[in-house]
Amino acid sequence: MNKEVDAAYDYQVPLITGKPTFGWITEKVSSIVESKTSKEWALLFGLASSVMLILLGSIGYLVWEGIGIWGLNVPVGWGWAIVNFVFWVGIGHAGTLISAILFLFRQKWRTSINRFAEAMTIFAVICALIFPGIHVGRIWAVYYFFPVPNQMDMWPNFRSPLLWDFFAVGTYFTVSFLFWYTGLVPDLATLRDRAKTTIRKKVLAIFSLGWRGGNKQWKHYELAYMLLAGLSTPLVLSVHSVVSTDFATAVIPGWHTTIFPPYFVAGAIFSGFAMVMTLALIARRVYNLEHILTLTHLENMNKIILTTGMMVGYSYSMEFFISWYSGNPYETFIFMQRAFGQYAWAYWIMVSCNVFIPQLFWSRKIRRSIPAMFVISIFVNIGMWFERFVIIATSLSQDFLPSSWDYFSPTIWDIIMLVGSFGLFFTLFLLFIRFLPMVAMAELKGVLPQADPHHAHEGEAH
Amino acid sequence: MAQIFSKKANLWPFYALIVLVFLLVGTVGFFWYFGSPKYTDVGYRPVQPVDYSHKLHAGDLGIDCRYCHTSVEVSAKALVPPTETCMNCHSLVGLDNPKLEPVRASWESGQSINWIRVHDLPDYVFFNHSAHITAGVGCESCHGNVAKEKRVMQQKELSMGWCLSCHRAPEQHLRPHDQVTVMGWQAPENQAEIAAKIIAEKNINPPTDCSGCHR
Repeated sequence: MNKEVDAAYDYQVPLITGKPTFGWITEKVSSIVESKTSKEWALLFGLASSVMLILLGSIGYLVWEGIGIWGLNVPVGWGWAIVNFVFWVGIGHAGTLISAILFLFRQKWRTSINRFAEAMTIFAVICALIFPGIHVGRIWAVYYFFPVPNQMDMWPNFRSPLLWDFFAVGTYFTVSFLFWYTGLVPDLATLRDRAKTTIRKKVLAIFSLGWRGGNKQWKHYELAYMLLAGLSTPLVLSVHSVVSTDFATAVIPGWHTTIFPPYFVAGAIFSGFAMVMTLALIARRVYNLEHILTLTHLENMNKIILTTGMMVGYSYSMEFFISWYSGNPYETFIFMQRAFGQYAWAYWIMVSCNVFIPQLFWSRKIRRSIPAMFVISIFVNIGMWFERFVIIATSLSQDFLPSSWDYFSPTIWDIIMLVGSFGLFFTLFLLFIRFLPMVAMAELKGVLPQADPHHAHEGEAH
Repeated sequence: MAQIFSKKANLWPFYALIVLVFLLVGTVGFFWYFGSPKYTDVGYRPVQPVDYSHKLHAGDLGIDCRYCHTSVEVSAKALVPPTETCMNCHSLVGLDNPKLEPVRASWESGQSINWIRVHDLPDYVFFNHSAHITAGVGCESCHGNVAKEKRVMQQKELSMGWCLSCHRAPEQHLRPHDQVTVMGWQAPENQAEIAAKIIAEKNINPPTDCSGCHR
């Protein structure tokens, strides 16, 4: 067996390869932010922000013209807007899982990817929140969402899962943002101390909240970070559970199942990790972070993708089993229609991408092959989008009234807005990697061997 | 290393927080107060094409509301009377009154008078006059005492919250059937008793769900 593979399974393996010093990490990560804007970045940013502008323009047209420009109509009253919402919220799950749950479990390998994954979470939730906002049709009445006093004596309906959803996602966004920002403070202070110009110094000084790296500050920081981790841990499980109640509390066959909350959470983590993987592989390559984001990290993530993928596959089969076991003819009908009806093509894309393809990760070779994992992560992203599409379109298009059965076809605006949301996502992401340290420097230093007080320097005897 | 900011800068986030709270409360409060029909709609008193006085007709002369607004008891709409209704009397009375010139012109040409609607609910609200009159809600409850008005003005806010306040507790606004069109009505001392009787008799149960008014 080759030595590298051996080492990967050795508990003593260093999380960061190449024997870096503290200074090397600071230099490596900070220089990405401090160097001049590269042509490639400018080109990508131009592309992403143009796509984002198309999204903003089409939202303007949507507000002007109404949601009739989308392909939704009776009986499919929820179209791509909700598909995209659930898709993006799902992607936003990996960030908090990596930052909070893995932190509490002392999984030190998370330090290389957490900053990155948390940023992705925040941007994904921003993309997600756009869709319920614009799908209401009369956007000027969107304040109905908020519990504010008004002349109508109207108040949000706290029995409605759509309201739970609003609060769940809102809380998730707030806590994720605080968590991300708290982690950023020491690193922003590092950048501030390295800043050359006065303006840069001042701006970073404001955002680093007067961080000086004193003992007491670190003590408070660590405590705050742990509390936030504790606070976000239940959120990882609750957010997508609540999103799933949008469906599960409705009496629509194919939605009305108790398996939905855990099924959605597993799917969310699955898709979130796939998206982290896609982005991490690109960033790793572009910014030469091979020593920080090692193959071990990627392999660990692939194992999570494999696990959650199988949980999703279990849910798919359990849905089928229950539809038969319950003896409910409507339930049975809708599931037969899913697999063999008019949306069979979408269903089998979903099953192939989410269940069959990730099985390749059983092979250690594939788990450690960069091109393979890149392709698989993209397949998972596609599959998870289709999962939401299948759930929404199949159940609605053949409802209880056969006379209104219809086939859902998206319009050009549906497609533009889905593509546009990726433009928004990548615009925010590119801004992030250009202006903020994409790896948590302070935390990374904590997992280096020399941070361990019992660390013996090489060649020195105790 | 030199200090980038003075010590006072420590208070900036605190000030920012205060400003933020004020902005939030201020924005909500602004729309709550200035966006309410109580502010925007009450007091609407358009100049009508005819200088018609409710005070003279309904007040001094004591003509019943239903003489002109004929369908108020049987239909969703109370109806603005056609010129013919005016001419029932004014073919004999006030023949040389210049204020009646537009009415006579309308009578001769056959063109309706373009009365301006004062109490105008949004199109997505389905208000039914007959249901309210039958239940015993006085005209005055929504339109105010028009018998005192020379030119009609919107006196109540007609907001959704205002509608709901009565739908949730109609007791103070229910009258015996023969007093529905009375202006300047004062609730008698045993109003609670009377209202309870009316509610029981007519099985009054005002809807407070959305589809009660928004079909």
